[in-house]
Amino acid sequence: MQVPSPFEYERATSVEHALELLARLGPDARLLAGGHSLLPMMKLRLASPEYLIDIDPLAGELGYVREQDGEVRIGAMTRHRELLESELLARRVAIFTDAERVIADPVVRNRGTIGGALCQADPAEDLSAVCAAADARVVVRGRDGERVLDMRAFHRGAYETAVEDGEMVTEIRVPLHPGAGSAYEKVERRVGDWAVVAAGAAVRLSDGTIEHAAIALAAVGGDVTSPAAAEALAGRPPSEELFAEAAGIAAAGCSPVTDQRGSAEYKRHVAAELTLRALRRATARALREES
Amino acid sequence: MQVAMSVNGEERGAEVEPRLLLVHYLRDVLGLTGTHWGCDTSNCGTCVVLMDGEPVKSCTLLAATAAGHEITTVEGMERDGVLDPVQQGFHEEHGLQCGFCTPGMMLTARALLDRNANPTDHEIRTAISGQICRCTGYATIVRSIRWAAEHANEGARA
Ligand SMILES: Cc1cc2nc3c(=O)[nH]c(=O)nc-3n(C[C@H](O)[C@H](O)[C@H](O)COP(=O)(O)OP(=O)(O)OC[C@H]3O[C@@H](n4cnc5c(N)ncnc54)[C@H](O)[C@@H]3O)c2cc1C
Ligand code: FES
Ligand code: FES
Repeated sequence: MQVPSPFEYERATSVEHALELLARLGPDARLLAGGHSLLPMMKLRLASPEYLIDIDPLAGELGYVREQDGEVRIGAMTRHRELLESELLARRVAIFTDAERVIADPVVRNRGTIGGALCQADPAEDLSAVCAAADARVVVRGRDGERVLDMRAFHRGAYETAVEDGEMVTEIRVPLHPGAGSAYEKVERRVGDWAVVAAGAAVRLSDGTIEHAAIALAAVGGDVTSPAAAEALAGRPPSEELFAEAAGIAAAGCSPVTDQRGSAEYKRHVAAELTLRALRRATARALREES
Repeated sequence: MQVAMSVNGEERGAEVEPRLLLVHYLRDVLGLTGTHWGCDTSNCGTCVVLMDGEPVKSCTLLAATAAGHEITTVEGMERDGVLDPVQQGFHEEHGLQCGFCTPGMMLTARALLDRNANPTDHEIRTAISGQICRCTGYATIVRSIRWAAEHANEGARA
């Protein structure tokens, strides 16, 4: 039987209360959101916090997906399931819907949250790549105010983010643009498993050329985005050749490792193929948006 | 710490350690051993119970978090001696062999039918995709859930 080591338990009733508890209990306290990364780690004693601050009661205050000021705003406690079922995301930023269909399984999706996923920053985690491809920004709040970070500033690598002691993530903001399309492609060994490799792409079309593009990969090394591939796409008309060129750049720039999910060589090959497919689908969606 | 929650419609409270997982609260503190416990890693789904009507893996949820919520376990499916149509469906269509996955499968089926009275086979398969039947009886499990959808008002005397 796997049992976490003992801890003291606090239940936050509001964001302010959670921040106050974080300040009072110090660096030995951890937030508990959906618990589907933290509790397994605690059961394996990979994490043994002295205090747990349960933010499950904030599922109301921080559970939303809404359109505001040209952005989609997603509360940090929004569960995977709510992201999957969001009609707004499916219509405007379909990369989220694509990814949520293949993140874990429906029962895990009932608990896991976007805030927990981004803060866990597992190297195979999908939403960090999704948010990076979608140019999302993350709102990090402390007692003295908030910072709004883009994904390059927020996501520092495997299991590391810009969230400091005493801070928490409250919201994710995804910009909306006309003529934009996005898509996510993932290869997994079986339903509900973590990615062998996954790729996300977003493009913005204007007058038949790609005005802006972003590509992000999951499970193939720490740096999720591929700015070089995005640069290769910008300012050029979409074509199969161009997609293949960008996919090649993204795959060449990633750093997969050989493990039980496949060899590094295989993963690099899959990264190129998935980037290509994601670009195709993102562009098709952008064309539909444009017309 | 003191926790209290509604379990199968009855208010149940106890003094527990904060680190106690819901599955052990149900099995060891309340003696409701119908909720099974297998992989302990949130992969197999045999520990599924309903929290506020939605399936959750009780090996990956603190009893402390569940406090104040409504929990339904397999023991709560039969009412006044009448089986839930899902239970009856598993009986009619041979939905279980060893029975280890069955409580979790049936509760997920109940939650699915509460949201979607007439799911397709694909929707049924998706709903139970986080749960493993070690006896691999998936085809009959899907048929059992289908039976329950088609006989929504036909529970039977237990
Ligand atoms: C069987 C299984 C399969 C899975 N498959 C996938 C998959 O295919 N793809 C995928 O991407 N993920 C997968 N996951 C992970 C799942 O998506 C988790 O839900 C997610 O990683 C963490 O979310 P959580 O809300 O459960 O976070 P928790 O476990 O509660 O927290 C994770 C970490 O983030 C911190 N934290 C949480 N919320 C905040 C906040 N608002 N501000 C600051 N810090 C915070 C916590 O302190 C903790 O350190 C899987 C999980 C399981 C159990
Ligand atoms: S025991 Fe909980 S998912 Fe296997
Ligand atoms: S009936 Fe044996 S595990 Fe499903």
